Amino acid sequence: MTNQSVLPESPPSVTTDVVAWVKKNLFDGWFNSLLTVGIGFALIKFLLSFGEWVTTKARWDVIPANLPLFMVGRFPASQYWRAWLIAALLVSVGGLTWGMLTLSKEVEGNHQIGFSRNTLIGIGILAFAIVLLPLPTPNKAMILGILSLALGGCFLGRLGVRKIPIIGGVVAGAWVVSLILVLWLLAGGFGLETVGTDLWNGLLLTIFMALISIGLSFPLGMIFALGRQSSLPIVKFFSVTYIEFFRGLPLVGILFAAQVMLPLILPGDWRIDRVVRAIAGLTIFTSAYLAEAIRGGLQSIPKGQIEAASALGLNTPLSLYLIVMPQALRAVIPAMMNLFLSLFKDTSLLAVVGLVELTGISRNILANPNFLGRFAEVYLFVATIYLICCSAMSQASKQLEANLGVGKR
Amino acid sequence: MNTAKIPLWRDDRFWKIVFQILAVIVVIAIADFFLFNLRLNMARRGSIFSFDFLSSQASFDIGEALISYRSSDAYGKAFLVGLFNSLKVMIVGMILTTGLGIAAGIARFSNNWLIRQIVTLYVDLFRNTPILLQLLFWYFAVFTNLPKVEDRMLIFGSLYISNRGIAMPWIGNSTVAWLSLLGLVGLAIAAFLAWQQRTKIIVEQGASGQNLLFVLLGVGATALVLLVFGLQWTFPVIDDQGATNGGLRLTAEYCSVLLGLVFYTGAFVSEIVRSGIQSVAKGQWEAAKALGLNSGLLMRLVIFPQALRVMIPPLTSEYLNLCKNSSLAIVIAYPDVYAVSSTILNQTGRAIEVVLMIMATYLIINLLISIFMNLLNSSVQIKER
Amino acid sequence: MTQGLNETNGKANNYADLQTKKEVIVATDVQKWYDNKFHVLRGVSMTVYEGEVVVIMGPSGSGKSTFIRTFNALEAYQKGSINIDGIELSHDLKNIEAIRREVGMVFQQFNLFPHLTILENVTLSPIWVRRYPKKKAEEIAMQLLERVGIAEQARKYPGQLSGGQQQRVAIARALAMQPKVMLFDEPTSALDPEMVREVLDTMKTLAQEGMTMVVVTHEVGFAREVADRIVLMDEGLLIEEADPVEFFNNPKEERTRKFLSQIL
Repeated sequence: MTNQSVLPESPPSVTTDVVAWVKKNLFDGWFNSLLTVGIGFALIKFLLSFGEWVTTKARWDVIPANLPLFMVGRFPASQYWRAWLIAALLVSVGGLTWGMLTLSKEVEGNHQIGFSRNTLIGIGILAFAIVLLPLPTPNKAMILGILSLALGGCFLGRLGVRKIPIIGGVVAGAWVVSLILVLWLLAGGFGLETVGTDLWNGLLLTIFMALISIGLSFPLGMIFALGRQSSLPIVKFFSVTYIEFFRGLPLVGILFAAQVMLPLILPGDWRIDRVVRAIAGLTIFTSAYLAEAIRGGLQSIPKGQIEAASALGLNTPLSLYLIVMPQALRAVIPAMMNLFLSLFKDTSLLAVVGLVELTGISRNILANPNFLGRFAEVYLFVATIYLICCSAMSQASKQLEANLGVGKR
Repeated sequence: MNTAKIPLWRDDRFWKIVFQILAVIVVIAIADFFLFNLRLNMARRGSIFSFDFLSSQASFDIGEALISYRSSDAYGKAFLVGLFNSLKVMIVGMILTTGLGIAAGIARFSNNWLIRQIVTLYVDLFRNTPILLQLLFWYFAVFTNLPKVEDRMLIFGSLYISNRGIAMPWIGNSTVAWLSLLGLVGLAIAAFLAWQQRTKIIVEQGASGQNLLFVLLGVGATALVLLVFGLQWTFPVIDDQGATNGGLRLTAEYCSVLLGLVFYTGAFVSEIVRSGIQSVAKGQWEAAKALGLNSGLLMRLVIFPQALRVMIPPLTSEYLNLCKNSSLAIVIAYPDVYAVSSTILNQTGRAIEVVLMIMATYLIINLLISIFMNLLNSSVQIKER
Repeated sequence: MTQGLNETNGKANNYADLQTKKEVIVATDVQKWYDNKFHVLRGVSMTVYEGEVVVIMGPSGSGKSTFIRTFNALEAYQKGSINIDGIELSHDLKNIEAIRREVGMVFQQFNLFPHLTILENVTLSPIWVRRYPKKKAEEIAMQLLERVGIAEQARKYPGQLSGGQQQRVAIARALAMQPKVMLFDEPTSALDPEMVREVLDTMKTLAQEGMTMVVVTHEVGFAREVADRIVLMDEGLLIEEADPVEFFNNPKEERTRKFLSQIL
């Protein structure tokens, strides 16, 4: 036997050139090759004709001409600064929350407060793209300012996680304060010129309705989630009935019922604004789904946790507050992001009950005789806005799930 | 347990009862508040709660109906027409969505890069835009832009597509046709039973099962004959005035609602199928491959049955979502139950009654689907200790 | 009545001596049904004296875990009576709270709170139940963590510790309540073999310091070395009770012999 020392060898080199890749992924077997050729052909044909339509036949002027309408509807132009302020406020608190959530306390060594190189590059590209947009310069400056606010908020959030123990409470408080401020900026009064609710339109209304509904539905959802988990039969019965009833009805129906029935079941001299009725409908609808999401979080907590808490002498309220809720909410955050995403899309249904948000305003724009028949252009533009917002949110949600390390022990 | 007297406020059984009584009181109080105001407001408007209006004359037309309907018919009949229209969309929608979703979900695992990318793009695009927008797009940007009836497109020699909708060959409406349909269903059941029996014989007795194979072939031949001749196909014929006779005429509204719902919900279903397949432990794939099963058998016998168990609850949600989203048909003037009810409400002003009718309809549909899917769910669960 | 010294721990193994000590747990004819159908505890009576270490053994499904979980009201019982340190265990909320303060429990699955640090896990009960100020609670906690040999991990999270370390933290957490009796429900069953030793050693030290302990376990070595008394349960009944020497070498009941033949 030869006493050769066994050196680690490098594996035989795999040809990684383009031809080999194409062969494996596109032409692997005759069925696949046929498929690739067929689909490829159809795809190229479609893309060419679509591209032709986009660049020549489509008349895109309808978009820039109505951009303010899309964004803020008929909000008085002199008060646009309030809309900018709202955007700045929401983006800052959003950045703060993001920073707080993505810096997990539990991962040692990952206390990196600054932004990674990739993130910085991405931000640079984004800023560059904004500069290139065909918008008036002061608007571009505002957008860039808001972007930097987002980054600042994120940075502060990460800083807060290390320095402030109750950062969670602080951020929750920040949200509550911001929503109140947003409400004030939207409606006016107390020193600002009032803006009627029927002038709240476009993307502004979409974002506002989504945020308010999910905010208000939180306490409701929590009550019914806990109720459904309760061992008291009557409480459980009421909770299950509420949840299943409102999950079984179409949102359009609930919004419609809210518009029609709310004035009937409340004292006649309470004048309920349309927007308030819509908020009521959205909130009830969302709370039923949120209750289920929270219940999922509650069920993900092993029974042993509650037993350990009882064995330590903690009574029910204390164990809920100290042990159950912190863990449940952590598990619930991804589901909540998902819910917010659907809610964002569902705000388009407000168009059916007469509120003019993003989808509604497009129908108004299309009714303008100057822009007759521009269905495809307008709908594609609006779809793109939704796409960008929703994709960003689902990306963020995935990132959150990874960072929170949900379920990892 | 001792029977010593425990002060009430320290007895945990006491608190459990008190809590529940409190809950009942709160709920009754709220309900009472609403009902009180309701009665007050209704009295003020002079309206009474009754369903009599259902027999009054409707005096509005409905664009399409499965049963014969004229504007002189009663509101109750109009509601029924709307209901059938809704069911038409929901049932066909659920079937097509399942097909599309499963196909797209499995396609995500294809070896072909192009297919994978296209499916990913489809899912991302259709999941991140609102359904309402998609419906509007299908109707206004697609169907209204199709050529007019005079210049209709002809596909496969008998499929007409125009901005009025789609017209295609369909089975006739005579007794012979219905009997043939029944016969086909019976033959399908017979074929299924024969197939099961054949598998059983092959597995248990090692026989070749040839006899039953001949039976199956015979069944197939009969079915073919019935299919081609028995069903009495009618073909759409468009006359000079643009009216269509014969065949199945699907309006543009119906097609838009159907396609919009199917493509939207299909994207979600494909994600459910994908995560269902991924949830099957990797060890199952490896064990099946080690046993020599090819990818077709592997998917059918090992992976899919297990994936099915994980998939059914979220699939139920998607079916329910589809049914609920069908109410959006009102936006593109498809007369489904919600749209018709809305018109009825506008005409009669009977808010409470109509709202109750709509709620009851959707809740019952919801309940039926949930019950059915729950039965399905129970039957596919893995028996555990 | 058995006499003589327990060879390993030198404690007087004399029931007469023990009976002058205080009774910590007195369970009389405890009966429990699951769902009104399954009679899981069929009338178990047991007395645990101060400073005793009682080991409960038995086949799975015998009701031994259920039995000790009745001691701190984690499981309810329908008939019989249980007295912990003179307090009657009933529906009286005040009694239940008082009893839970005196009974510490260590679970098979550790059940540490994953969102809190080790230190926070241990100080939770002193702060919120005994209402100690934070500083005092932390002092007590650090002492206990040192006692179980894990003080340097105080700022870490449970997810970052091994199973054996987590279980030792669980012991410290239960001790932080300064209980009169400690219950152990199969404390080492969920551990990898190489970590069982460290937990059993901690429990042994605890016993030698005089803590009253009731331990459900399959660890024969521990039972032989540390137990003052071993109890066999099967099908909801107490079959045999004896000191370790008698129990392992000279079992009286047939079922005890059968059980021993399966585990030894």
